[in-house]
Amino acid sequence: MEEKRKTERNASGVRLWLGFALLFAALLGFAFWNIVAGSTALSVSEVFDGLLHANSAHRVIVMDVRMVRILPAILLGGALALSGFLLQTFFNNPIAGPFILGISSGAKLVLSVTMIGFLSRGIAVGSVTLIVASFVGAMLSMAFVLAISYRVKRMSMLIICGVMIGYICSAITEFVIRFADDSNIVKLHDWAMGSFANIQWDNVIVIAAVVLPALVITFLLSKPIGAYQLGETYAQNMGVNIKAFRIALILLSGVLSACVTAFAGPISFVGVAVPHLMRRLFKTAKPIVMIPACFLGGAVFCLFCDLIARTAFAPNELSISSVTAVFGAPIVILVMLRRQKEGGR
Amino acid sequence: MNGTYYISTERMTVGYDGKPLIENIEIGVRRGEILTLIGPNGSGKSTILKSMIKQLRLIAGTVVLDGRDMAGLKERDIAKKLAIVMTDRIKGELMTCRDIAATGRYPYTGRLGILSKEDKAIVDAAIETVHAQDFADRPFSAISDGQRQRILLARAIAQQPEIIVLDEPTSFLDVKHKLELLDILKNMVREKQVAVIVSLHELDLAEKISDRVVCVAHNRIDRCDTPENIFTDAYISELYGIENGSFNALFGSVELPAVSGVPQVFVIGGGGSGIPVYRALQRAGVPFAAGILAESDLDYPVAKALAAELYEIPAFSTATEAACSAAAERMRSIGKVLCTVPAFGETNAANKDLYEAAKEAGILTGADAFLKGVEA
Repeated sequence: MEEKRKTERNASGVRLWLGFALLFAALLGFAFWNIVAGSTALSVSEVFDGLLHANSAHRVIVMDVRMVRILPAILLGGALALSGFLLQTFFNNPIAGPFILGISSGAKLVLSVTMIGFLSRGIAVGSVTLIVASFVGAMLSMAFVLAISYRVKRMSMLIICGVMIGYICSAITEFVIRFADDSNIVKLHDWAMGSFANIQWDNVIVIAAVVLPALVITFLLSKPIGAYQLGETYAQNMGVNIKAFRIALILLSGVLSACVTAFAGPISFVGVAVPHLMRRLFKTAKPIVMIPACFLGGAVFCLFCDLIARTAFAPNELSISSVTAVFGAPIVILVMLRRQKEGGR
Repeated sequence: MNGTYYISTERMTVGYDGKPLIENIEIGVRRGEILTLIGPNGSGKSTILKSMIKQLRLIAGTVVLDGRDMAGLKERDIAKKLAIVMTDRIKGELMTCRDIAATGRYPYTGRLGILSKEDKAIVDAAIETVHAQDFADRPFSAISDGQRQRILLARAIAQQPEIIVLDEPTSFLDVKHKLELLDILKNMVREKQVAVIVSLHELDLAEKISDRVVCVAHNRIDRCDTPENIFTDAYISELYGIENGSFNALFGSVELPAVSGVPQVFVIGGGGSGIPVYRALQRAGVPFAAGILAESDLDYPVAKALAAELYEIPAFSTATEAACSAAAERMRSIGKVLCTVPAFGETNAANKDLYEAAKEAGILTGADAFLKGVEA
């Protein structure tokens, strides 16, 4: 018995290291592939030349075309998956996520109103303004979803309401964009579909400044998150200050998904698919593993999807959201079917 | 039994959304003592428990834990003293039973909740206490209700509390697991001087494990007393508003209501032999007379509850002539007699006489044959 237990524990330890090794390898692999591939294909030596030498002939394409897109894909992909994981914990619902619950769409709505308002007056929109507007939108949708979640206890109803909120917000966004100046429309339209294409270096710095601290804070909350997975009653008895904890969870997931929407537009299904894949990969739901795993997994997932978005039909580019939907939506259906089989709600 | 309460309520009013349900509750439990809450469904047992563990906001009054007002205590400090086993369903996705039990160590671990060697040893010991070693490494979602309840108790034990609060911990368990769980609890109380507050639906179990019993009914604490004083036929029937049937305090069991009407058969019983027949007749809907039973007879309480007519005599006495002839007369007028007594002893001469008389009159039937006839 003791022996068996020991081998089982060792097995889970090995799984842990292998899992993270795999994620890191995939991250580096896809990042590198993303640098190499594109309308101007680069060789390996050209890539290193561009990365290491400031005055290299390949500097511009490596750094200002490829890297400026890869880094946000990593950071925002991780942020999305993490946000999804937090929302799933909060609602105790495996298919909750910022896109499905309409939070991304709410952010999109307030963001487009703000952008049109600024642009029509000829004021440039800064990174911080983008994030703040997006956060306000995310919080407004979140407030709706929360209000609904107090009334409906069935998880399917919550999801349906979230999807409806998403549709309403998208419809109003369409409507608002109609009234924008012609010059704004093109850019807004691109962004409203979801894309990593329009991000600048100064945006990347702001993204890192928001996402990385949020990641650290989330990781430090892994203990109460673990307690919360047992349900509120037990979490409180374990010594978690439920009220403060719930607020922290809402703010963190809101900030993360708002940051994504602000710079890359709404990106679908990453928040649901990645945490699910990570649970399967690591065979655990422990936050202390899941939080870094979701972040890395989200980064890998978005790098992969962006690679397809850029190269599959080059020179035409797909919206990132349609690629993530193709890979993410089946996973969501799978999760729901599994729940059904297990006799879940 | 001496000493002050470990946890107690002072003029506590509980309820939902600011609406009081039960007012001015004053209950408490000492260490090494089991306090049981009984009462009808919806009477507020869970509400009281939830209020005492700070899950529900008090409408008025205070809960005092170890001499201090609980409202002023930090969650973490409360967690080190008070553990719970509630009815909330835990999903425990991808968690083993050991993982669940280990969550009891939460108040003692550091920032990231990583278990030390000592923590692990305590969890192992807790798992052993509830005899769950065999399935400790299985997924929590794959075990039975009985095993789950034991793991939740192990979780509470790993928390090393001074008091455990349990809300209907035995509700979904079979007889064996009910006994096991309560036995573990009783041992905890005896060995570690833990205080326990538990709500139970099973009156027989409540009667046996409780040091004191709180009866919750009619929007108040109806009584708080020792089980000896609480578990009387009349009081339990009143507490639960039992109209169809009766409660038997000695057996801790309930009987369905007697079939009323003119008796169709006279049952000569005694020493416990009559009980299955009384119950069979009740099920078949046959009104019957029973006799002659002393109040001290094992058959007496069941016959009292189920018989349409009962020929009874005082405890530990032999039947008087008058009692004998009254019973014999009734027996003849009914015209059908069942005898369940396998052998008559010296003090049971009266029933032996009845038996002989019935045999002589040719009105004696076998129990099996009679019941078959009724069914047909």
